[in-house]
Amino acid sequence: MNTTARVGAHAASWSTMNTSSPEPSAAPSPGPGGRRGLPAHLRPSLIGLVALGGALGSAARYGTEILLPAAGTTGGWPLATLTVNLLGAFALGFGLEALARLGRETPRRRNVRLAGGTGFLGGFTTYSALALETERLLSGGQAGVAVTYALATLALGFLSCLVGVLLGERAGDAHLRRSRAAGSEADE
Amino acid sequence: MTGLLLVAAGGAVGAAARFVLDGVIRARHHGAFPWGTFAVNVLGSLAIGLVAGLVIFAGNGTDEVALWRLALATGLCGGFTTFSTAMVEAVRLARSNRVRVALVSTIGTLVATVAAVAAGIAVVGLAA
Repeated sequence: MNTTARVGAHAASWSTMNTSSPEPSAAPSPGPGGRRGLPAHLRPSLIGLVALGGALGSAARYGTEILLPAAGTTGGWPLATLTVNLLGAFALGFGLEALARLGRETPRRRNVRLAGGTGFLGGFTTYSALALETERLLSGGQAGVAVTYALATLALGFLSCLVGVLLGERAGDAHLRRSRAAGSEADE
Repeated sequence: MTGLLLVAAGGAVGAAARFVLDGVIRARHHGAFPWGTFAVNVLGSLAIGLVAGLVIFAGNGTDEVALWRLALATGLCGGFTTFSTAMVEAVRLARSNRVRVALVSTIGTLVATVAAVAAGIAVVGLAA
């Protein structure tokens, strides 16, 4: 459907996001009380936020594992890992894109991104379980299931994340329109 | 309940370690390939392979072993590695017309992580 214009607009939104990702300290965005110079990934308070999110996300993943049927009853398919990974990929795509659409990252938005995205959803989803399950299926003589499981996870994960990103864009834009219509500055 | 707390504690440490390591790697690599997430996922897979190897070759089926597995494999390795960020990065690459990098990083991560698990299990097997 779309093309260059959209790709361009999109690239812009991602670059907005990139400036806010835990990366170089090149452009320190000194939040109120923020320690200039120290990049986000070295600030104890932000590391703590990620840890808190990671604890809750990992616990939620474990809960999902307990609730869903074990691989032994599903022909070897690790349903729990597949479920958390697809849900998490969708949610992170949605959340990051919606946040990026709101404009420059405020300290509050950064905290939401770190606790909810990097921490919770990063801890909720897992690559090590996917790799371990695939390896166990392979070495257990179920190569067919292993390959199908791994590739299905990647393909469906990509798709669910893409859908999340597209919906996140719309949600972010809609939010901006609403707050502009209301003439509020609440957004900034 | 103990299991849940162990998973949460492991997940907290794992997620924090991922945040720091990914940030350190990002600060050094500015290319399109998502090296930070790649490194985290391969390292975490090697670690879960080591834990799995210990359970397979040295585990004695006790509750203690099961609890260690929850803390280290489900918690620490699970919280350290991430699938959601890998997917967001792949979607981002694909949408900015870097489909080849998206494919290479996605398939490359899968192959490298599965190999890392196998290597972790094999190392313990050799030592056992």
